[in-house]
Amino acid sequence: METQKTALYNYHKSLGAKFVPFAGYEMPVQYSSGIVDEHKLTRSIAGMFDVSHMGQLSIEGSEELAIELEKIIPIDLKKIRLNQSKYSFLTNEEGGIYDDLIVTKVEKGFNIILNAACKNNDFKIISGSLKDKFKITLHKNLSLVALQGPKSSQILEKIISGVSSLKFMNGNKFSYNSRDVYITRSGYTGEDGFEISISNESVEDFAKKLTSQNVKPIGLGARDTLRLEAGLCLYGHDINESTSPIEANLKWAISKRRREEGGFVGYKKIKSDLNGSLSRLRIGIKPEGKIIAREGVKIFSEDGKEIGSITSGTFGPSVNGPIAMGYVKLNFTRPGTKVFLEVRGKKHEAKISELPFYKKSYVR
Amino acid sequence: MSEKKYSKQHEWITIEGDVATVGITKHAAEMLGDVVFVELPEKGKNVEKEGQAGVVESTKAASDVYTPITGEITDTNQSIVDDPGAVNKDPEGASWFFKIKIKNKSELDQLMSKADYDKFAKENPS
Repeated sequence: METQKTALYNYHKSLGAKFVPFAGYEMPVQYSSGIVDEHKLTRSIAGMFDVSHMGQLSIEGSEELAIELEKIIPIDLKKIRLNQSKYSFLTNEEGGIYDDLIVTKVEKGFNIILNAACKNNDFKIISGSLKDKFKITLHKNLSLVALQGPKSSQILEKIISGVSSLKFMNGNKFSYNSRDVYITRSGYTGEDGFEISISNESVEDFAKKLTSQNVKPIGLGARDTLRLEAGLCLYGHDINESTSPIEANLKWAISKRRREEGGFVGYKKIKSDLNGSLSRLRIGIKPEGKIIAREGVKIFSEDGKEIGSITSGTFGPSVNGPIAMGYVKLNFTRPGTKVFLEVRGKKHEAKISELPFYKKSYVR
Repeated sequence: MSEKKYSKQHEWITIEGDVATVGITKHAAEMLGDVVFVELPEKGKNVEKEGQAGVVESTKAASDVYTPITGEITDTNQSIVDDPGAVNKDPEGASWFFKIKIKNKSELDQLMSKADYDKFAKENPS
């Protein structure tokens, strides 16, 4: 398949972006100042992320649609309020995860944001399950820009008035250059911020407005260090088709009613995980010293038994040290537990850590 | 000090008597991005030309560092282990990686001049 480009590709180029192929797209991994600088700028002021490679799906329908969608998405879609967003996933028959996603209740039905690498498969799963009863669109004419950081609200308010009154994990329709945009207060960095769904024709103009307000563009490199410090999962690494949401420590994302009643794909496995058959859990890990443990590194107990493996690892610029996430057997999950990580044939000491590694308060 | 020479694995080398100093090139440091971890070979270790002699990691990935020549490691630069970011600041000066006792001087002839390396790096970015 030919590599795709987002509507902001040329603008990224003019800003000095270094590109990498990602999920079939040419995406900026960093700009000239580098990942650590971009990371710190996002934490101190605000950064702009082009996430237009992600899938923007809309499904039109009302109560009947909520009932049908609940069969494949384990949240309470009957109770979700208008313009409220919820983190969830598409589960498979074995209780694994096809994709993680954000569902927002809108006037016409639901908007769903999907991972770029999964979006076409997700579309097949969702449309297959809904069987032509509802209008379902994977939008190709829409871009998605994330503005993240403590000054996001102040900055975006100057461009689009009213956004600062949004609460975290809530959205609404706004107007930009007399065109409709849909904005949610959400993100993937552990910072306050917004995700702006805007037409491909308007997005470059909008991005230039942001950069003229002292907002720097941020690449996928810093997006990864930011999300890992915030303890957020990266699909295909920390979660995948063979990890259950319970193992992934995402029990909170399944509504209470759904945990009790089930009625969604993979419930059998999820119920048995909830009822004590769980054997491993996703945890945070902090290596001692400077050693970085990346995906695939094996985790050992103090007495030398293999107890799990790393699923994501990097250097956390705000933590100012190496951080990682992975899965370990259930009796090694307590924060502070001493473990060993095998990197390039040598074992290095590390400790199980609470998540997130870096904490900021969201506007609620 | 002799003229600086360069390897295809993006290391530089300078020679003083029978000891050479090795580091990664400015181009390599730029390609890596922010260096956040450095592992150096042990002093006294014998290494083979183009063999692995250290690791350098950025936020993105880990890369091996190779020795351009055969010999015995006589010294390592602990300051870049303590402050890996220094590699980006002065890769071809203060942030050298190791010193090596030269075993076979003829190996030096196979390395590139600055002009040749600059051309090579342009054609082989990483």
